[in-house]
Amino acid sequence: MNAASDVGNHAQRQARWHYGEVAFWLIVLACGFLFPTRYLIMTDILRLALFAMSLDLILGYAGIVSLGHAAFFGVGAYAAGLLALHGIINEPVLALLAAGLAAMVLGFATSFLVIRGVDLTRLMVTLGIALLLEALAERFSNITGGTDGLQGIEMQPIFGQIPFDMFGKAGFFYSLAVLFLLFLLARRVVHSPFGLSLRAIKNNPLRAAAIGIPVNRRLIAIYTLAAFYAGIAGALFTQTTAIASLDVFAFERSADLMLVLVIGGTGYLYGGLIGAVVFRMLQELFSTITPQYWQFWIGLVLVVIVLVGRQRLHRWVLYVPNLIIKQVAGRKAVVAVPESDV
Amino acid sequence: MTIALETLNLEKTFGGLRVTRDLSLKIEQGARHALIGPNGAGKTTVINQLTGVLKPNSGRILLEGQDITDLPVHKRVLRGLSRTFQINQLYPDLTPLETIGLAVSERLGHGGDWWRRMGTRNDVNDEIADLLTRFHLLDVMNEQTVTLPYGKQRLLEIAVAIAAKPRVLLLDEPAAGVPESERHDILAVVGALPRDVTVLLIEHDMDLVFSFADRISVLVSGALLTEGPPDQVARDPQVKAVYLGEEAVNV
Amino acid sequence: MTAILTNLFDGVAYGMLLFVLACGLAVTLGLMNFVNLAHGAFAMAGGYVCMVLVNRMGWPFFAALPLAFVSAAAIGIALERTLYRHLYTRSHLDQVLFTIGLTFMSVAAVDYIQGSSRVFINLPAALQGQFDVFGIGIGRYRLMIIVICGLLTIGLQMVLAKTRFGSRLRAAVDDPRAASGLGINVPQVFAFTFAFSCGLAGLGGALSAEILGLDPYFPLKFMIYFLIVVTVGGSSSITGPFLASLLLGIGDVAGKYYVPKMGPFVIYTMMIVILIWRPNGLFGRALSPSR
Repeated sequence: MNAASDVGNHAQRQARWHYGEVAFWLIVLACGFLFPTRYLIMTDILRLALFAMSLDLILGYAGIVSLGHAAFFGVGAYAAGLLALHGIINEPVLALLAAGLAAMVLGFATSFLVIRGVDLTRLMVTLGIALLLEALAERFSNITGGTDGLQGIEMQPIFGQIPFDMFGKAGFFYSLAVLFLLFLLARRVVHSPFGLSLRAIKNNPLRAAAIGIPVNRRLIAIYTLAAFYAGIAGALFTQTTAIASLDVFAFERSADLMLVLVIGGTGYLYGGLIGAVVFRMLQELFSTITPQYWQFWIGLVLVVIVLVGRQRLHRWVLYVPNLIIKQVAGRKAVVAVPESDV
Repeated sequence: MTIALETLNLEKTFGGLRVTRDLSLKIEQGARHALIGPNGAGKTTVINQLTGVLKPNSGRILLEGQDITDLPVHKRVLRGLSRTFQINQLYPDLTPLETIGLAVSERLGHGGDWWRRMGTRNDVNDEIADLLTRFHLLDVMNEQTVTLPYGKQRLLEIAVAIAAKPRVLLLDEPAAGVPESERHDILAVVGALPRDVTVLLIEHDMDLVFSFADRISVLVSGALLTEGPPDQVARDPQVKAVYLGEEAVNV
Repeated sequence: MTAILTNLFDGVAYGMLLFVLACGLAVTLGLMNFVNLAHGAFAMAGGYVCMVLVNRMGWPFFAALPLAFVSAAAIGIALERTLYRHLYTRSHLDQVLFTIGLTFMSVAAVDYIQGSSRVFINLPAALQGQFDVFGIGIGRYRLMIIVICGLLTIGLQMVLAKTRFGSRLRAAVDDPRAASGLGINVPQVFAFTFAFSCGLAGLGGALSAEILGLDPYFPLKFMIYFLIVVTVGGSSSITGPFLASLLLGIGDVAGKYYVPKMGPFVIYTMMIVILIWRPNGLFGRALSPSR
């Protein structure tokens, strides 16, 4: 083997499918058949996972901290709700795309504010945009239904064939299909030269420009793409629950999202998916202990995770799976290594 | 002789401090030009203006006759002006393979490619392999940069700059902080740079400067003190005074 | 005309209040490069301490105010010594996550102890109502705020510019490493400054109960206001945040009065315009980018 093909092989190493990944998706699919009574919560987890994946694209890969990612979720949610309510686009998949595009447009427009300035400016701008949209939705209550939200949304069958059923079975598989397709796209993107250049920017923006990477253009592109993903997640929310209310924009939603990603780890795409499962289980657990004050425990989890150190935590969590793989596969295998944050 | 890189009356002030004073440099094509000067002479500020990190208050910068004063950093790189950094400016999480791959992809215009996987273009792979071999990095190509020995990191630093196929290369203290045992590799690599690449070397180490450069400019307090071939600069009493003065302070 | 002046007066009072609430954040950010999103929680703590002292224990309002400062500062220094100081060198993301966690905990804890409804502090009769000066309505309480906050601002400026501590602080801000080389105990300066910032927030929280409203969600509701003050004003001096606070206060009051339907949009629009124009804030120097 000559050096060039060797290099090509190694360069593609990360992009190849691992057995663990295949197993992961098979398990997710199996859940759809194993727990027919839990479709609603499982759909909820899928949505959250998609939303978290969106944040991972900008936070884990490009290093953009956002406190207002709910803005795009909310725009997607209301767009899907309004499209369905007024019968503008009846077919759910088309409506989903339209809602995603609406969020994408907002993402593109606001990206110019976000890429400028330092972390703190980014925090404020992202948070400010979400709050601004929440205030707008409240102000134009004749369109958005104000605090009551959009009501009476009726979803048409998917592709005109598959109706949404009351147990949420169709909703679950629909969400799973959307999540998987968008995951494939994201996976492709992060393993491309474009995705690699994002990691370079996150690592060292100054040097990224010094090897010829147009830093701002790349950041705008990924921010816009992430807004599309978040919009789709929001639209799925409306389509599968048939409601859209002001809290889609809430700060708590953006903050919870951070926690999801922190639990799962950033920069390897599966963090959002794993984090979503763990986060929902924690939430269930806390709300059975103290129904009203579960936010206290969520806060405590955040504090503890940061104090222990995210890296260390993930090493502990992944210790057992890696050990098993080492035993079974007999090689130095890594399930998934979340990227360190510089 | 054509001029590869030229500055015309460059001025830069920080607050009230003039850190670059009316600096006009001409660097000939294919030259091995060194820019030297005592600590605080403003060498790095000059580099930062040449590469576009800092904007001069006045004056122009010409690359092969074209005015590049107002171009952003990445556009200058694409025009053939590349640099290394004094302190390693690498991507700690990325491997040498990824780092060089990125630089090569950007130069060939594939950097924005979001659909094709890394490693599926043969032209890119060939170049990566060539650079990894030339810079003795083939054996560590899959290690995270942050875990590499310092000497290897310096080599990678230069390799990344070369990957941009510069016509003008700015080397900012390439051997600084490298242990003696690994120094040889770096000097060999710098010495073996192709002659059609114009090199501007910013260096403290006089041995390296005098063994490498065919022309030397001396910068003091942001202004050009003198310029000429090495033997002439070495004899210049003004230069001696500046360096002796500095040593006296350092001791 | 008089309505304009009354609004201006209210806006100035509001802005001064915001300054006392937020200037501590500017200092911790400028000094320690620490993003403390839990800043509002210290303000809330001061507010609730004042409320309990006045309403439940019958303390006079003016005696309770210093206690609001002291208690918030005490909580601040306790947390600084035990938790915060471990995070100074961490990434901004870690700091954000940590302080959001603290904020959530404080919200739920206060909700648990005091209930979720808005609380009021019983004010002495002397501070209630308003009087007219040439037809301009001057609220007594707001006048008091302007006086107290104005004195505090002048005092702060004097401390920073004139005292030994002020010069140590400025040295530590400019270059912590060099400052410790000069024999300045930087961690001590940090701890003291952090406590003082929290104390100011606590005092601001007590003063703001009447105007901004005090409930367990205070830290979340006003987080954006604090961030605006700091990003628009910059964190290299206290003049920047001070002017930004005034601008924000006057803009918000005027916006709610003249275009009530567009109330909240006025300040957001202002903020966006300012940041397009000056990404590093009106008066700011560039902060160091993320570590």
